[in-house]
Amino acid sequence: MTEELGSVVDARPRQGGRRLPLAWLGAVPFLAYVSIFLLLPTAIVVIGAFAGPNGPTLSNLNTLTQDYVVASFVKSIELSAASSAVGAVFGSLLAYAIVTGKPDATMRRLVTSACGVLAQFGGVTLAFAFIATVGGEGLITVFFADRGIDIGSSVWLFELPGLTLVYSYFQIPLMVLVFLPALDGIRPQWREATETLGGNGWHYWRHVAAPILWPAFLGATLLLFANAFSAYATVAALVSQGGIIVPLQIANSIQSEVGAANENVGKALALGMVVIVAIVMTLYVVLQRKSAKWQR
Amino acid sequence: MAAIEAAALGYPSTSPTRGSGPIHRRRRRLTLFRVIVFVVMGTFFLVPILAMFEFTTRGTGLGAARTLTAWRQIFDYPDLIDAIVVSLELAAITSIAGLLLLVPTMIWVRLRLPRLTRVIEFLCLLPLTVPAIVLVVGLAPVYAWVTYFFGSSTLTLAFAYVVLVLPYTYRVLDSGLSAIDVRTLAEAARSLGAGWGTVMWRIIAPNMRSALLNAALLSVALVLGEFTIASLLSFQNLQVAINFLGRANAGVSISVALASLFFAFVLLLALSFVGRRRPAPVQEEE
Repeated sequence: MTEELGSVVDARPRQGGRRLPLAWLGAVPFLAYVSIFLLLPTAIVVIGAFAGPNGPTLSNLNTLTQDYVVASFVKSIELSAASSAVGAVFGSLLAYAIVTGKPDATMRRLVTSACGVLAQFGGVTLAFAFIATVGGEGLITVFFADRGIDIGSSVWLFELPGLTLVYSYFQIPLMVLVFLPALDGIRPQWREATETLGGNGWHYWRHVAAPILWPAFLGATLLLFANAFSAYATVAALVSQGGIIVPLQIANSIQSEVGAANENVGKALALGMVVIVAIVMTLYVVLQRKSAKWQR
Repeated sequence: MAAIEAAALGYPSTSPTRGSGPIHRRRRRLTLFRVIVFVVMGTFFLVPILAMFEFTTRGTGLGAARTLTAWRQIFDYPDLIDAIVVSLELAAITSIAGLLLLVPTMIWVRLRLPRLTRVIEFLCLLPLTVPAIVLVVGLAPVYAWVTYFFGSSTLTLAFAYVVLVLPYTYRVLDSGLSAIDVRTLAEAARSLGAGWGTVMWRIIAPNMRSALLNAALLSVALVLGEFTIASLLSFQNLQVAINFLGRANAGVSISVALASLFFAFVLLLALSFVGRRRPAPVQEEE
């Protein structure tokens, strides 16, 4: 007990380095858990991408150059880019509308809570929501059909424009959540300072607000891109057959019982996804650091 | 508050009582902008939800009256009820297990192993870079072992879900821990003879109650919406059941989907009230 008192919460070793190894034990449960359920699966994917029936091989990666795989990557990137652009623009407008209200207003609490749910609640529910809205028997489809107008959603809903619309439903709320702190960091004093120096609204946005918000805006857009790129559940629930985007291709390769070689092809696809997401997320972190200095 | 300060200092106030100067005009333009944004966005987000509700109240056949049959039929599908129960259980297990795993580790690292901070942060944020669809590819072999040791219960999904919620739990807990002086609290408790368990459970945890609740509720919302991992590891959770039932009886499955969406919204709304910071009470003691 007296020994303990001497080194209450001290990380430095007191008795010949014996305290340090003991302190490390405290992190063991977490590290062990993460090793088994996060690092091991990731390693299985990466190693599997290079594993063949007769030892290491690059042939799995060759599938990444096949036409249908390239097409699905292109489609994934198109969808992610389109939905993150739409999400970024409308999300930042909504965030600005929130931030110009009173900080403790009911509106703000309501909108941010709704955004918290909608940003997470993609997937099956979202697919159903749009089927119930613009699907064959959907509310809007029926509304226009009664007036003799065919909105033609059976054509575009499962293609790029429709999927972009569906994805906006979780991309816009995510943008609000990510961009709001950056907007909160903008001080009204800066605007007053601009005006004191004779600047108008345009000058303020062009020379003060935009340069400060730009990294945060770009970073948030990249996060949205990664988010859309990783999404599987929504399209899986909307489109029952085929592999129009990479996650669906991966799911197909897991579910089909063709054989071990096919399984490793799935891992190669998965590796391709991780590489793209990792690049995007690294850029995001860099931009976040840049914008963090204006946020307190 | 800021407006009062600005007025007192002679700055142009933003209050609408100032007449029709340029400030006032800007204020009016801003209000117009806000109204337009809220109306447009509100329409975009509410119409699909209304459409879901409308869909669930449709009667069968042309011109049939509105009915709540779909909502009543929820209880006719025992598989669906099982899936709802198991998802709620998973949500509870995941949020508690996630906290039990992360809270002591993060406190310990802050106090005793500061050099591990970056490692822990990296590991916790890693699931953002490894999408669930990728994780599930590597998890399949791991789950062969999980099934071997723990059986094939759907509840074993909690192992994977704790990983999924790590980034969100970490961020919330990190800001919660930064708001209190962990080191001083721990030193004070330790010098009064408290063990590490007491320090964490009775000293630090009560001081970050809202962060703990925040993290737990976020986990609940995430688990209730999870589809990818459950579906590809062939487990029946809420979303998988809804998706499956959607082909047979769309009305019932949309009702459940809507109910779970609403449930998550109420949870997060409650959270926004709890999360508000109260001014610290001034305590005078000798």
